Amino acid sequence: MKLVRGFGRFWWDFVVGDDWLAAVLVAVAIGVTAAIAHSHVTAWWLMPVAVIAVLWLSLRRAIRSA
Amino acid sequence: MSTGNTFLVLSAFLASAVEFVEALTIVLASALARGWRSSLAGVGAATVVLAGCVAALGPALTAIPLNALRLAVGALLLVFGLQWLRKAILRASGYKALHDEDEIFARELADAQGAGHVERAGLDWYGFVLSFKGVLLEGLEVVFIVLTFGSAQHSIPLAAVGAGGALVLVAGVGIAVRAPLARVPENLMKFAVGVMLTTFGIFWSTEGAGAHWPGSDASLLGVLGFVILVSVVLVRLLRRERLETVTA
Repeated sequence: MKLVRGFGRFWWDFVVGDDWLAAVLVAVAIGVTAAIAHSHVTAWWLMPVAVIAVLWLSLRRAIRSA
Repeated sequence: MSTGNTFLVLSAFLASAVEFVEALTIVLASALARGWRSSLAGVGAATVVLAGCVAALGPALTAIPLNALRLAVGALLLVFGLQWLRKAILRASGYKALHDEDEIFARELADAQGAGHVERAGLDWYGFVLSFKGVLLEGLEVVFIVLTFGSAQHSIPLAAVGAGGALVLVAGVGIAVRAPLARVPENLMKFAVGVMLTTFGIFWSTEGAGAHWPGSDASLLGVLGFVILVSVVLVRLLRRERLETVTA
């Protein structure tokens, strides 16, 4: 059990790192993109816009906690 | 070679080179403090484990439908890439200390010289474990990048070529100079890797979600330019903000 938890922890730290909110927001943005795309509306622009917002928010959080 | 494949090789090369430079620093510190034999045994054992990961996961990934794969890989790369990019922007704007390979080497060397001697299987155990862990952890990042980039672009061998080129270059220079590669512009390379991971992440997660880029693969260049522009603007904004805080 300890081994499994350690393995999960490693991959979490590796991929997500110290800002879980950024990961959640990316997932939400992908979900919204999929919803828009499946209603046959142009959706490619959404991820770049979302990335600006997520990156800015993530930087502010990192600076605040430094 | 198509735009996507050129980016694939270049990204795998750059990202792998950064990881190999870090692994080289650890292996050199281990070898100089604890001996080459145990350290190289650690490198060999870690390489076998990493090769096993690629052999096990590579064929499995290619069997997944492309859109589902691009969605999962795009999301993973985007989250992973934003982490790199955030750190790179914080370094470039002065909010985070620059990565210093000389300093890391000196710290690893001092730790390795101070550790006690335990012999197992005819090897200096500290030297073996230090090299093994260093190569395995840095190597896992390379495996992750090669498998995700390669599978989403349906060309794991091309990604492996990029990573292999980086390995040959870093190992060759490392053997020649027998010192940490402190002159490599590592901070700039980390910035470039963050930009590329984020670019691929945006591109593939959008495609995986069912949206289509105007101009297909060629729009990767546009996404790349966009990510570079946003990053440079953020660095300038944060640098100015930091200077104003310091001088206030």
